[in-house]
Amino acid sequence: MKSVLPQQRDELELKDKKPLYSAAEAKAEADRCLYCQDAPCIKACPTEIDIPTFIKKIATDNVRGSAKTIFEQNLLGYSCARVCPVEVLCVGACVYNAWHREPIQIGRLQRYATEKATQPGKPPLFTSAPPSGKKVALIGAGPASLACAGYLALQGHAAVIFEKRPYAGGLNTTGIAPYKLHAEDSLHEVEWVQSLGVEVKTGMELGKDIFGKDLLRDYDAVYLGVGLGEDTKLRIPGEEGDGIYGATAWIEAMKLTPTAGRKLGRVLVVGGGNTAIDVARECALLGATEVTMVYRRDAASMSGYHHEMEGARKEGVRLVTRATPVAFERDAQGKLTGLKVAVDGTEQVLPCDMVALAIGQSKMHAIAAEFPGVELDARGCIVADPTNGATGNAKVFSGGDCINGGKEVVNAVADGRNTARYLEQSWK
Amino acid sequence: MADLSIDFAGIRSPNPFWLASAPPANSGEQVMRAFDAGWGGAVWKTLGDPIVNVSSRFGAVDYAGQKVMGFNNIELITDRGLEVNLREIREVKKRYPKHAVIASLMTETKEDWKVLIRRCEDAGVDGLELNFGCPHGMCERGMGSSVGQEPKLLQEITAWTKEFAKTPVLVKLTPNIGDILDPGIAAVKGGADGLSLINTIKSIIGVDLDRMVPEPRVGNASTNGGYCGPAVKPIAMHMVASLARDPEVTIPISGIGGISNWRDAAEFIALGSTSVQVCTAVMHYGFRIVEDMIDGLSNYLDEHGMTSVRQLVGRAIPGFREWGDLDLGYQIVAKIDANKCIGCQLCVAACQDGAHQCIFTGPNDQQRPPHAHYPGTAKAPRPQILGTQAGDRVPWVDEPECVGCNLCALVCPVPGCITMVETSNETGDTWNRRVQEGRDKVPGGIHE
Repeated sequence: MKSVLPQQRDELELKDKKPLYSAAEAKAEADRCLYCQDAPCIKACPTEIDIPTFIKKIATDNVRGSAKTIFEQNLLGYSCARVCPVEVLCVGACVYNAWHREPIQIGRLQRYATEKATQPGKPPLFTSAPPSGKKVALIGAGPASLACAGYLALQGHAAVIFEKRPYAGGLNTTGIAPYKLHAEDSLHEVEWVQSLGVEVKTGMELGKDIFGKDLLRDYDAVYLGVGLGEDTKLRIPGEEGDGIYGATAWIEAMKLTPTAGRKLGRVLVVGGGNTAIDVARECALLGATEVTMVYRRDAASMSGYHHEMEGARKEGVRLVTRATPVAFERDAQGKLTGLKVAVDGTEQVLPCDMVALAIGQSKMHAIAAEFPGVELDARGCIVADPTNGATGNAKVFSGGDCINGGKEVVNAVADGRNTARYLEQSWK
Repeated sequence: MADLSIDFAGIRSPNPFWLASAPPANSGEQVMRAFDAGWGGAVWKTLGDPIVNVSSRFGAVDYAGQKVMGFNNIELITDRGLEVNLREIREVKKRYPKHAVIASLMTETKEDWKVLIRRCEDAGVDGLELNFGCPHGMCERGMGSSVGQEPKLLQEITAWTKEFAKTPVLVKLTPNIGDILDPGIAAVKGGADGLSLINTIKSIIGVDLDRMVPEPRVGNASTNGGYCGPAVKPIAMHMVASLARDPEVTIPISGIGGISNWRDAAEFIALGSTSVQVCTAVMHYGFRIVEDMIDGLSNYLDEHGMTSVRQLVGRAIPGFREWGDLDLGYQIVAKIDANKCIGCQLCVAACQDGAHQCIFTGPNDQQRPPHAHYPGTAKAPRPQILGTQAGDRVPWVDEPECVGCNLCALVCPVPGCITMVETSNETGDTWNRRVQEGRDKVPGGIHE
């Protein structure tokens, strides 16, 4: 089933910051790669893609081979190419950095190879093995499940993904900054994974439409790739009412729902992580009159990436540090007017028309309860073996944000792939 | 400042840089602009009966982002009428009397050579260059390289031209031959006043894998062409040096083949060229490149205490020896500068897979390499060196095992990071001496 997105969405106003290379650009960049032995970029990649090899294949015009090299290690190499923080992973490890030269633009080359090789009309890159008779149910259609399901399907195992939303793709569809990846690009990747033999059922919620006991009975294994829950609230006075959004909910609405044609006024973003920086940049790019990030510690303590914060600064985002929210202020009609914060023992009011809360997401207690033996740790994350995703229930595996509390897409892909490999081995 | 002027078999030129007979020397207008840019001479694009060319006619090899490493063409001699060319030659010589204008010639019968030479000399050329090199199109008609590949024929035609010519005759040689000495010495015997080499090498530059047609494509077909450009320089230098070393070759040589800058030119001159001819580099970048060629050669001569370019001619020839006269005791080993190393480990890949397995990574990699050239003499490898930039990715060299082959230094992308350091100087022990003294058998051979 092909998902159709509304034509007019706010996210489409934000253009790609790193557009697709032309063939000549890709070759010129690929030619710069030194083809290091035992390359540090490979070790810096959570999925350990053989980066020098895929780059050399672009240099020799073997784009199909390049894409296969990528997909063999990372089935979601296309979205990872666009959303990975390459500056702190592969590109950050490039030996050119030690030479004080511009490192190889690995993300852009990876996008070039994967996008070119999966274009309509191109011959299939892989042939799936004949049916093995094994069946796996996967909960949540995010990167962890997609990677796991895709690799299982290639080995001939039936893989069925259940997704409660109307769209598959998980955070790639609902949460990635639009100047990196638009929702339709994520859905394009989902369709490609489906083409390997994966079945995706949307609008299917665990505990409502499907139940753990049924899945455990009907399938050989169950994979939990459910991500994180709803945005956390501050629980301070004035929080109930219009104008206050959870950051991920706001981003999802901006990416997937028809544009409201709304004018963003003064925006406050509470938090110092990557989601906070993302939503701040997106608001600034969508024309907010003023965007201010409010963070309770100093700038050095922020968990968001330095290069992302630099980008936000360039787009006009201000940063207020050491500020703890105390209360929201509203006028007589209930309209949001400001956020009172405590800064170094004094209190001040930051005027605003909208606030996005990027202070974390809740964990999935209800999901775990469906599967006997699956436990949660103190943070509310599912307890799983990081090498293969095994949980306290021998039939249940898990990976991605729901076991690590929120990391990169590429980490989720690595988790899903590792579980698929583990199952394949144990079924041999 | 050093004197760059030369006298090539009586042809005088303000500097040794000539345009080779090719598209850049196709018309008076081009040659005059070249002289204005600083070129000392031009060998006019080959004259003869005008031909009809094909389209397209050029192809190139690019390598790792570098354009036109190698170049080929299937263009023939001039497609302009003889009278037009001669009128322009006359005009050029009138305006530029001190520059060298040499007519490249190609024709068939003795009578044709006679007429062609007379008309060119009447137009005022300073010399003649016989095109016995063109490897495509003309050779099938019995000219060009088909003459250059037949020493007897070459000698005979050279002798004809010497009967008619009042100006110096240069013979341009083809490299498409087993030993360049054969046509070179034939030219000398035929009475040539000078040699020019190399002409282009017979080649197929590429194949269009979608259309399944070689390149450059003429409709749905192609043919072999002549290869030139930076890629052919080593072949050309070998052939120039071969002739320059031979005692029978007593005439000057004009060096051609991949010369793109003053350094290339200086190398050709050091190997025995008196003048150098340039084509592909001009086709790539234009006449303006000669400014640096003149300036660079001049500075080089000044810095090395030479007052004229003549002093450089053949200077590297005594440094050439046959393999059997090379010193077997001289030894160098690789040293990696840990502070410059960026940790790409290309030297490790090259040494392990392509050379002698003496470069290693990591502190635990202490095992002996899989072979030792002199078993039992190897010492333990040096402790690992930590670099400032590349950290523990800096490789280390097991120096007793290093054979000094150079490969690591050649593949290292960082200038000055890997140097080859002398560990013993020349000993005078050569293969030829070993043979003389009966020490030429090394243990481990066939009869042991």
